[in-house]
Amino acid sequence: MRQPKYYWEDFRPGEVAEFGEKTVTKDEIIEFASEFDPQPFHLDEEAGRQSILGGLCASGWHSCAMMMRMMCDAYVLDSASMGAPGVDEVRWKKPVYAGDTIRLRRTCLERRVSKSRPEMGLTRFRLELVNQKGEVAVSSEGWAMYGRRHPGAVAGES
Amino acid sequence: MPWFEDIKTGSRLELGSHTFTAEEIIGFARKYDPQYFHVDEEAAKAGPFGGLTASGWHTSATWMKLMIATRQGAKEPPDADGRQPPAGGPSPGFLDMKWPNPVRPGDTITYASEVVGKIDMKTRPEWGIVRSLNTGVNQRGEPVLSFIGQGLIQRRHPRGA
Repeated sequence: MRQPKYYWEDFRPGEVAEFGEKTVTKDEIIEFASEFDPQPFHLDEEAGRQSILGGLCASGWHSCAMMMRMMCDAYVLDSASMGAPGVDEVRWKKPVYAGDTIRLRRTCLERRVSKSRPEMGLTRFRLELVNQKGEVAVSSEGWAMYGRRHPGAVAGES
Repeated sequence: MPWFEDIKTGSRLELGSHTFTAEEIIGFARKYDPQYFHVDEEAAKAGPFGGLTASGWHTSATWMKLMIATRQGAKEPPDADGRQPPAGGPSPGFLDMKWPNPVRPGDTITYASEVVGKIDMKTRPEWGIVRSLNTGVNQRGEPVLSFIGQGLIQRRHPRGA
């Protein structure tokens, strides 16, 4: 493990940051769906066009996995990440279609220190995948756990 | 799937089990969640979970995999008028996902889905939303996953028609 660049103290409530761009390919949509979510609108272009979703699009679980990978590449792998206890909410607001180009938008909502583990802090983020038309396709909110640069310091100090 | 009207609140589906190997935990995480405690068995020993663990998204996506397999194994008979009950529809999202315990190599997770509510859709009279409490427990009975899932299911008769 390298020395982390980002600790809990580095995510400040109110901050908004955008990362990356990723173009989602038909092949990767089909690859994920074949293993985890083999429904016709995630596997076949014609079936996608005829469905309520209007085209071949990524499984919502694939969208979440792509969002996780974009988070990893943007900051999580350079951070003192200690995982996440879950996700409060995910909204699949628009389909992510084959050929869409998505970026990640991160809004830091709030944070607190762990009562039971002084070396750890928790931060609640809103994470969104925004497509090339500026539409929010996926929106999620939840807490993530990060190591503190200064364990034991008073909450809010950095 | 049954039609929306035929789905009963309180009904429970057992989705079966899946055993997670180190190879597939690492394979999923290399693609989607390459944090060291999901991809490196040695380094993970000093990590927050004391060993290699599956990405929570892997634990969750495997619920979907078993849900689809269960649905495909349980084809509904056609209605008296010959209409075929619907395939599953898309989902607007989920709520309250928890990963209360990590999934480690060799763990066998047993998944289930219990209907907890049915919601009419104002904008889409041909569809309804079914809410389910979806769970995964390991071989020791410890919970590893729970969330409130939502799925759009077609109605036999459009609402208001």
